[in-house]
Amino acid sequence: MPAFKPVLLEAVGVPDGHTIASYKSRGGYAPLEKMLGEKQPADVVEMVKASGLRGRGGAGFSTGLKWTFLPKDHPGPIYLCVNADESEPGTFNNRILMEDDPHQVIEGIILSSYATRASTAYIYLRYEYPHSWHRLQGAIDEAYAAGYLGKNIQGTNFSLDIYLHRGAAAYICGEETGLIESLEGKRAWPRIKPPFPAIEGLFRKPTVVNNIETMACVAQIARRGVEWFKSIGVPADPNNPRDPGSYGPKLYCLSGHVEKPGCYEAPLGITARQLIDEFGGGVWKGRRAKAVIPGGISMGLMTESELDTPLDFAGPGRVGCLGLGTAAVVVIDDQTSIVDFLHNSCRFFAHESCGQCTPCREGTSWSLRMLERIKAGRGRLKDLDILLELGQTMGMMPGSTICGLADGAAWPIKNAIKKFRGEFEDYIKRTNPSGWMVTDPVPALQIVGAH
Amino acid sequence: MPVVIVDGSEIEIGADERLNCIEAARRAGKEIPHYCWHPGLSVVASCRMCLIETGQRDAATGKITMVPKLVPGCQTPAKDGTVIVTESQLVTDSRARVEEALLIDHPIDCPICDKAGECLLQDYHFEHGQAERRADLHPFTSRKRDVGPTVTLFVDRCIMCTRCVRFTREVSGTGELMVTSRGAKEEIDVFPGFPLDNKLAGNVVDLCPVGALGDKDFLYQQRVWFLKREANVCGGCSAGCSIHTEHNQDTVYRLKPRENPHVNKWWICDEGRYGWHHLHDPSRLLAAGHRTESGRGHAGTEAFEPVEWADVVARLRADLKAAGRLAVAVSPMLTVEEAWMLCAVARSIDPEAFLAVGHVPVAGEDETFPGGFTIRAEKCPNRLGVEAVVALFDPQTRTWGDLVAHVEGGNADAAWITAGYPAAWIDDATAGSFAGLRQLVVQDLFDSPLAARATWRLPAAGFAERAGTWVNVAHRAQAFEQAIKPPAGVWPEGRLYWNMLGRRGLYDPVAVRHQIAGSAAAFAALAGDLPATGIDLRLQQLAPS
Repeated sequence: MPAFKPVLLEAVGVPDGHTIASYKSRGGYAPLEKMLGEKQPADVVEMVKASGLRGRGGAGFSTGLKWTFLPKDHPGPIYLCVNADESEPGTFNNRILMEDDPHQVIEGIILSSYATRASTAYIYLRYEYPHSWHRLQGAIDEAYAAGYLGKNIQGTNFSLDIYLHRGAAAYICGEETGLIESLEGKRAWPRIKPPFPAIEGLFRKPTVVNNIETMACVAQIARRGVEWFKSIGVPADPNNPRDPGSYGPKLYCLSGHVEKPGCYEAPLGITARQLIDEFGGGVWKGRRAKAVIPGGISMGLMTESELDTPLDFAGPGRVGCLGLGTAAVVVIDDQTSIVDFLHNSCRFFAHESCGQCTPCREGTSWSLRMLERIKAGRGRLKDLDILLELGQTMGMMPGSTICGLADGAAWPIKNAIKKFRGEFEDYIKRTNPSGWMVTDPVPALQIVGAH
Repeated sequence: MPVVIVDGSEIEIGADERLNCIEAARRAGKEIPHYCWHPGLSVVASCRMCLIETGQRDAATGKITMVPKLVPGCQTPAKDGTVIVTESQLVTDSRARVEEALLIDHPIDCPICDKAGECLLQDYHFEHGQAERRADLHPFTSRKRDVGPTVTLFVDRCIMCTRCVRFTREVSGTGELMVTSRGAKEEIDVFPGFPLDNKLAGNVVDLCPVGALGDKDFLYQQRVWFLKREANVCGGCSAGCSIHTEHNQDTVYRLKPRENPHVNKWWICDEGRYGWHHLHDPSRLLAAGHRTESGRGHAGTEAFEPVEWADVVARLRADLKAAGRLAVAVSPMLTVEEAWMLCAVARSIDPEAFLAVGHVPVAGEDETFPGGFTIRAEKCPNRLGVEAVVALFDPQTRTWGDLVAHVEGGNADAAWITAGYPAAWIDDATAGSFAGLRQLVVQDLFDSPLAARATWRLPAAGFAERAGTWVNVAHRAQAFEQAIKPPAGVWPEGRLYWNMLGRRGLYDPVAVRHQIAGSAAAFAALAGDLPATGIDLRLQQLAPS
């Protein structure tokens, strides 16, 4: 095990670590009291900006910068939405934080609300986390009782209410404007941007949407200082003016075919191989990794030869992945069929596509049907071309959809076909010796809609 | 003036116009295909058919910076220096892919689809789609479902543009329609027990760019390519909505709203939409009749003998002249031209003729919907126009009530009542007031207690069967052409009056309108050709001519 001492996860394993007493004994809420007493909201924004903290939800946008997009001198209300709709397959870092150290999250929320002048914060929790729900609600109640929430917190004129909202279990609610629509009581169809939530978000008011882990990081920055935070991670690339660097500790969710899956805290920039070998005890059963998902299924695939890529915000992009995402590292061993992997991935996205934009709605469903046919032994080489085309044209980056989750659906397809095309071709030729070369349309696999 | 560059050609747009790229490109003659965008609804940018390339030209240097990805034309505002590219390979490919995606689950049942011929999916496929199908072949499915009393949903044809859903939320404000399920399995539906049953429901069928929403009234009645359309005005209420009357071989098959920003925007109400069936009602009066000697005193059609129209022209004038004091009801269903000629005919028979605006049917209260559309309580199209015409002849504008009192008071020897209402409008008691007259001319669509007492019972024309000008509740005058010929044996009112005035040739409403415009300041605005969206009578009076 490396010498890095967990910070975000320090309450894990501590008896009653989730209680306010335990949290305060570790130094919690003292920074909050100090900040509220001594600092102006703008100072807190400056602090977070200076720390280089980037959003932990997936996109990695600078948190401090996001806060500065709020309109100046807005009469209010301004809302803070905390995204706990942790639905990315393989991701469970928010859950650990909410269950084992909810006060850390709440302190971060209070600080962030103070910085953004929000007087109401919503936590949008995915439905499948009942334990998190109980822990968070308990912690919120404790914080109210201790005077950290409610009217005139700590004798200042800053007031804050936190509402815990349980979603109804949909992947799309993790998209920030989908989350906002859902909070407003509507179907979670992501909004078109502009206007961005910072200008017009929840209930048409300026809104900041941040991830749970981001909130925990804000609390730690307030407690340990900007210098501490900047001492961890990967500095900005001096040759790339657009790289803000990847600072701070990160929770990596290691799962799949490893000996010791789990949520591990490490400095940003650890390589996938280090993570698997030093934390995860290596690929299970002595096998080799065939592919590794760097940060949730939507980020694509790294091959075994790409495992030395640092898992910071810039690293996975250099090997053709979408990005770091949620840092949920899923290991796929060399006994696993990549066709199965892609089928599973497509099934997830076909199920979770919100259905608003045509390319994603039809593209995810079409790709699933092709993979089902391939798996049924009726694949064609032409399907790979079509899949690749779908993967390359679906998403916000080519401009064909409203939200970025379509890119997330496209990336596994694109990466799998590009990096493992040989395996797909072998599979198709082996399972469909008489029909792999057909290029005309073939009958669909299932007789659907018979009535 | 802001300049927008569309496919290399520069066009100017108004400084305060808020156009999106679809509208700006249309000004330049470039059609950007789109499904979900509609000018009357909120922008969702979800169909992705209108994806284009855009950029910005720097005002100082003239250098163009392009956006490095496709953007939806509906959502992108066109400003000064906006560059719009609608024909690049990237755009063409993207359109082909969207068309392909939309057709993956579509049943492609055009031969049995009512929308075929006016379907955007069809049109865009021919224009932008790819020739060969790449997706797997599905067995044909066609599920349909009643979503309301007037609308059927063909579930598999839907492309999920959500225009209909947004209409019920934003315009009718009733919100019956919704999207259920998710991804490729999502469907339009209503909540059980809450059908699509509002007074504007028919508009969702017009909004549907494909054949998913079918109007039960029109379903399987006619292929759309057989239909001819005539710009017309709805006679259902005083709103005077601009419509298209769609007909084939003098039979109306449906009415569609005609865009008019000053009146009805893009919508019409169901009352107007289905308010044409009376035109083809078999019980309509179909011949001019004169009461027979034997039929005197009896009610019923046998009491009238048919009279040739040429004879009507001659005998009617003589009969009324002989009768003495004349009272005339000028129906608010008549056009301005017809009303004017009727008044002229009446005054040429009896220079002292009593002129009144005919019965004005009213039902309920004006009803305004959240989207701004209003259904008027006054169920006639031209009260203001007829009032203004009658005022030219008699400054004392008298009402139907005044006329009934006038007749009851024994002040008239003959009455000429024009009606033309699609529904029953007079009761027996009121009709009884006209019993003692020497001559009673009734011009109406249907038999009525009044017509039963008539000496002359003349058939009237329906709204699509006449040409002329109507003035709506907001003083907007709209001229329209005759859409269909009236049934054999029926002369539109204008034709009768034209002939009774001794004018030569065929009845020419435009000539009459110009004559009115030239002779009366109140109608000065009606000179020349009127725009398709009509003209405001009041504003034109204020402007120097």
